[in-house]
Amino acid sequence: MAVLQMQRIFLCALKKERKQILELLQRRGVIEIEDMDNTDNVFQKMDVSVAKNGFEKTISVARDAVSILDTYVPEKKSMLASLNGRHEVSTDVYDDFFDKHDDTLRIAHRIIALSKEIAEQKGEILKLDTQVEMLTPWITFDIPMNFSGTRYTKAFIGTLPDLWTMDAIYERLADFTPLNVDIVSATKDQTCIFVLSPKDKADAVYDVLRGMEFTHPSSTFNKAPAEQLEILKDRIKKANEAINKAKDEIISYADKKEDLLFLQDYDTMRAEKYEVIGHVLQSKNVFVLQGYIPKRDALKVSEELSAKFLVSVELEDPSEDDEVPVLLDNIGFSKPLEGVVAAYSPPGKGEVDPTMVMSLFYYLLFGLMLSDVGYGGIITLACAILLIKFKDTMETSNKGSLKMFLYCGISTMFWGAMFGSYFSDIVTVIAETYFGRTVVIEPLWFTPMSQPMRMLAFSLVFGIIHLFAGIGMKFYQLILIKDYKSILYDVVTWFVLLISAIIVLLSMDMIKNIFSLNINMPTGLVNGASITALLASLGIILTGGRASKNPVKRILKGIFELYGISGYLSDVLSYSRLLALGLATGVIGMVINQMAGMAGGGPLGPVIFLIIFVVGHTVNLGINALGAYVHTNRLQYVEFFGKFYEGGGREFKPFSVKTKYYKFKEKMKNEV
Amino acid sequence: MKFDINTLGIVLALLGAVLAALMAGIGSAIAVGMGGQAAAGVVTEDPGKFGKVLILQLLPGTQGIYGLLIAFITLTQIGVIGGGGAEVTFAKGLLYFAACLPMAIVGYYSAVSQAKASVGSIGVVAKRPEQFGKAMLFPIMVETYAIFALLISILAITGVGNLNI
Repeated sequence: MAVLQMQRIFLCALKKERKQILELLQRRGVIEIEDMDNTDNVFQKMDVSVAKNGFEKTISVARDAVSILDTYVPEKKSMLASLNGRHEVSTDVYDDFFDKHDDTLRIAHRIIALSKEIAEQKGEILKLDTQVEMLTPWITFDIPMNFSGTRYTKAFIGTLPDLWTMDAIYERLADFTPLNVDIVSATKDQTCIFVLSPKDKADAVYDVLRGMEFTHPSSTFNKAPAEQLEILKDRIKKANEAINKAKDEIISYADKKEDLLFLQDYDTMRAEKYEVIGHVLQSKNVFVLQGYIPKRDALKVSEELSAKFLVSVELEDPSEDDEVPVLLDNIGFSKPLEGVVAAYSPPGKGEVDPTMVMSLFYYLLFGLMLSDVGYGGIITLACAILLIKFKDTMETSNKGSLKMFLYCGISTMFWGAMFGSYFSDIVTVIAETYFGRTVVIEPLWFTPMSQPMRMLAFSLVFGIIHLFAGIGMKFYQLILIKDYKSILYDVVTWFVLLISAIIVLLSMDMIKNIFSLNINMPTGLVNGASITALLASLGIILTGGRASKNPVKRILKGIFELYGISGYLSDVLSYSRLLALGLATGVIGMVINQMAGMAGGGPLGPVIFLIIFVVGHTVNLGINALGAYVHTNRLQYVEFFGKFYEGGGREFKPFSVKTKYYKFKEKMKNEV
Repeated sequence: MKFDINTLGIVLALLGAVLAALMAGIGSAIAVGMGGQAAAGVVTEDPGKFGKVLILQLLPGTQGIYGLLIAFITLTQIGVIGGGGAEVTFAKGLLYFAACLPMAIVGYYSAVSQAKASVGSIGVVAKRPEQFGKAMLFPIMVETYAIFALLISILAITGVGNLNI
């Protein structure tokens, strides 16, 4: 339960061994490398932006190629496949991939080119299809569409809107006989006509036709429509063939998918490595790097480096001014909650790791809010099954979340039993509906639904304990940095004030009535508490503003500090959500059971019962588990952390293998 | 027939129950809708953030559930569900009505305000997904007041049931 101690590491080695050394460090993943900015004539930094851009481009090309492959060769994936984690391969695969790299990249480019080709051909087919559609009404016409007439005649080929009969057209053109009109085809939307008139009357005929909204076809060609149609169909066929060919070729690369995935990982690692190379100083023959390493790994890594390479490694403890990165290390049931702390902020300078203490409350709070044996059982079981099934392959982060919910589920079962909630009141409902008997599972402690005030009191007491734990953490932190003055002024005064205030409050009739308490405080104790409360308040007023020199300002600041007691009041009241959310789960569960019970007996009854039960409780579990999760986080972040924890530390980001699909087993053959 | 004002008791109580479910439900519906719009926008850009933005979208949905809860408790207390129950006098009905109001009114307004915080937080997740823990906190702050209202409504309704008027 602690923040790991860090050491600074300085490494100086030969440039010709740079690749091997960096790859070893990358696989160990325990060093955060720092940028070095003291360049001079001998030591220079390398510009790596070009190389990095190259890798990023390769990665994106490979990614595109894989997604194209996936559309043509869909891969069956189960819902839980993502829990399987990265595929483990030996480091030899990594070393051997160097020869395959360029070929794989070429294949990626080829796949992308093919997919472009397919898109182009599809566009071409679309264009040809519209032409075919336009030509279809002309299919019986045996003259080329661009025929304009003979020496003495002029031809008009085109369409009229709406349906025209031969008579109607001749009627309009009666003045210009002799002429010839053919109707090629006629539908109610358009009439395709061919008009042949003497050349001297052509203009006049054209005017009349235009009056009838005559239009020329949108494209003309020197072949008869039937012939042209054949050509178009032939071209469509060819385009389709090209598409199929391209598709087949893409499918033939299906077995290269793994290479393409590997290519992404390979270049991701190389990009990461070049990022680091950009931070180290290099002369003609040597390079120097500096960074942070957890103390527990420092010796092992430096020994390994010295054994394998010609290097000089220096370790030293960081100085006061260094901004040391933070890595948390916890055991057992606290470990999964490191992520929750990191989501808030890693501990800053002089702060302790709150994970351990927080985890004690975290699971209890979650369980209190969900508090149902059935729901807790489902969560526990689901997490346990997944954890066992994917034991060897799962990524650490997934494992952590699953473990966290596993413990949350156990706590939920515990509190469910305390409060007598088994899928709310399912046992009672089933016994009543199907067996006509009244069965009630008695809670181990009490039923919040029938005694809400008791539950409220318990919630607030739990809150007070949680808050005191927070103050206790502050106490511990101040002891660590030996700030005894602050302990007296900021911790002890508040502690005394709060305890006294609680004693005084408990002696009041109003409070006693609200919570129906039956305790009689000895008068002496109450009077004493009143006095200590006053003294503590005075202490806070006098010392709260000690940062200011000006005495008036100091007192005013102290008074404002004392006003912080209202903050404690609202903090404690905030824990009433334990009651509210617990009741919400239980009552909604009851509504579901009641609805299910309405189906009653009969042959269909149990079926309907089961459907309502499963759907209803799934939804209720989902929503309330989400509620319990977010509100637990809130109580930890706002109420608990608010008392002692600021965070603001920098997370430890080691130089490591950040791949998506593969991870590497350590090489066995080279190691003794 | 002489008009007995006490027959109105149950009407008022039912009105309160319905109001709690109605207003809190409407508020949550609006709120989850707002969150959904913002979340959909994020998912268009990066489908990988679906899980995170979904949680943020759902946060202001709880008021609707609280409203349902209050309505249900009231209905059980006055015997509309489950039958039985003591006679609801006019005064008692009015008390039930008043007891439902915190959940109805605070439920509606807190849901809508929480949605605004949620939409903001979805924006945070879109740009900086690693700050999800903090982003989640902002909408939760608003929800506190819905929980307080729920608490007062629950305590008042169960309390009114035990009164002898």
